[in-house]
Amino acid sequence: MGWLETLRTGLEAVRSHRLRSGLTVLGIMIGIAAVILTVGLGTGAQDQVKSAINSLGTNLLTVSPGSTTSTAGVREGSGTASTLTESDADALANKTVAPDIKAAAPVVSTSEELSDDVNTDTWTSTVVGTTVSWETVRDRSVTEGRFVDNEDVTDHTAVAVLGSDTASELFSSEDPVGQIINVDGVPFTVIGILDSVGDDSSTTGSDQDDQVIIPISTATERLFGSTSLSSILIESTSSSTLSSAYQEADAELLALHGITTASDADFSISSEASLVSTATSVDKTLTLLLAGIAGISLLVGGIGVMNIMLVSVTERVREIGLRKALGAKPSAIRRQFLIEASVLGLSGGAIGAALAIIGTKVLPGAVGYPVAVSVPATILAIAVAVAIGLVFGVYPASRAARLAPIDALRNE
Amino acid sequence: MAEVIRMEDVTKVYRTGSLSVAALRGVTFSIDEGEYVSIMGPSGSGKSTLMHILGCLDVPSGGRYWLSGQDVGNLDEVDLAEVRNGHIGFVFQQFNLLASMPAWRNVEVPLVYAGMHRKERKRRAIETLERVGLSDRVEHRPGELSGGQQQRVAIARALVGEPSIILADEPTGALDSTSAQDIMGLLAELNRAGRTLIVITHDRDVASAAERVIHVRDGLLVNEPAGAEVARWVG
Repeated sequence: MGWLETLRTGLEAVRSHRLRSGLTVLGIMIGIAAVILTVGLGTGAQDQVKSAINSLGTNLLTVSPGSTTSTAGVREGSGTASTLTESDADALANKTVAPDIKAAAPVVSTSEELSDDVNTDTWTSTVVGTTVSWETVRDRSVTEGRFVDNEDVTDHTAVAVLGSDTASELFSSEDPVGQIINVDGVPFTVIGILDSVGDDSSTTGSDQDDQVIIPISTATERLFGSTSLSSILIESTSSSTLSSAYQEADAELLALHGITTASDADFSISSEASLVSTATSVDKTLTLLLAGIAGISLLVGGIGVMNIMLVSVTERVREIGLRKALGAKPSAIRRQFLIEASVLGLSGGAIGAALAIIGTKVLPGAVGYPVAVSVPATILAIAVAVAIGLVFGVYPASRAARLAPIDALRNE
Repeated sequence: MAEVIRMEDVTKVYRTGSLSVAALRGVTFSIDEGEYVSIMGPSGSGKSTLMHILGCLDVPSGGRYWLSGQDVGNLDEVDLAEVRNGHIGFVFQQFNLLASMPAWRNVEVPLVYAGMHRKERKRRAIETLERVGLSDRVEHRPGELSGGQQQRVAIARALVGEPSIILADEPTGALDSTSAQDIMGLLAELNRAGRTLIVITHDRDVASAAERVIHVRDGLLVNEPAGAEVARWVG
């Protein structure tokens, strides 16, 4: 008996018990759909985190004041120390000292209350004092007006570039460029609006569309009253030179600060890559957990197949006996039942995959981020469904194959 | 006439735990090609066991059995399946048709296991259905046929593989008397056309239609009672 023949017989058997086959298929279907969707959700979340972090600027290193490897009690905590200066940033931007650093932007930042010049709208936002390099390092641009330039920094001009969200909060209808805003009582002229990155603050900690950029000189003189930096942002010349840029910055800052042992450093350098890998690994763990739960439901579906196949064998003892009497070898009977089980698995897998693909169109609306469906994962899931049908069909099938024809025929 | 079946001192012992029951206690006989033989006996006589061994559904515990010259007493399950497929056409009391398939698909089943090509199978199945007078019922499912018609489909299925013997187990047991006569007539007709026919029954009337009656009692063959000789020419 050929495979094609067996397949036909198997399909017929599945068709002739529609309700029972349908219920079995349902179990597999739910399992497969759950696996594809959870993996899709996980991958979607990972992609989301990656793109959010990429929007911060590529090839980015952040130098923070203070040490993260604090062992001595006297050392100040990371981010609160005042060990970084503008001259550190200037030195890092020097091409001969650090050839792999494309640009370095000194940053002072704090949260300030803003208002438009008539004090009708107020808004609290992050105020960032920096130089023209920030635009390059952060990989941002202005959609309107211009960015802070070198002259602004030299002349301590009171000008501000607004993030798109900040602009719309303060100026609902009129064009913000040319308007005056008050930052902690100091008037600034709006000279530009930053492009929108549509960022989600939950993944990166701060909203990239809600900030005010002013010249660093103006910021330290008029607002902050201190020349120490919150951070220095460094962009390497390419992603492959990120680690050499890291080493150059580390060595240069140690030298500038007169520190001989690296463990005594009064600053720390972190890369966005480490942030990416942390966020991704969290997502991966979650995905694994969800996929594990989905996998269990798939296992339950498989047990369902076995159950139904055993019922099917018991119910069709006469048919099996007859087929054997008419010349069916045990292998032919075994094959027939295996095919039947894998047809159940295949149908469940295919319908489940279709369901999951529909789910990926519907779900993003509910969870707020895209659900990725990978074609190889879907094909794999269907293959797994067939394999489940086969594995859980082996026992019922060999029971059927072992039936003695006379015992089977006698069953009346 | 060539011998189709030859049994020598065949025994069958069933063991269940420590208990063993001898269903056949040494049976010797032979059947020639083209013969029409009834095997008769009350229930529990060993007649069903004999039928199972004749039909290669079971193997003897002792003795030897040749079918068409081949020693089939010691074959394994796989070889027995091949022997059944090629040499034996079964007709059962309960017809044993597959309810989900039309008549011709039921008839072709033995050819499926013989590995015959699909088109050829269908042609042969329909041809055989015509031979048993069911040319207008080819596409009917068993549920749409009368008992007599269903048994005709079963006979067609037994015939389709051109077997050495037709083994009918109480072929009229589930039929009314008219259909029963009809089926016995068809079987006799097949025999007249040269087919070796073995009918297993407990019914004296059915048995008497055969040329020869083999009586089984308590696992042994017994002499034919008087009167059977007279009935030989009936049917």
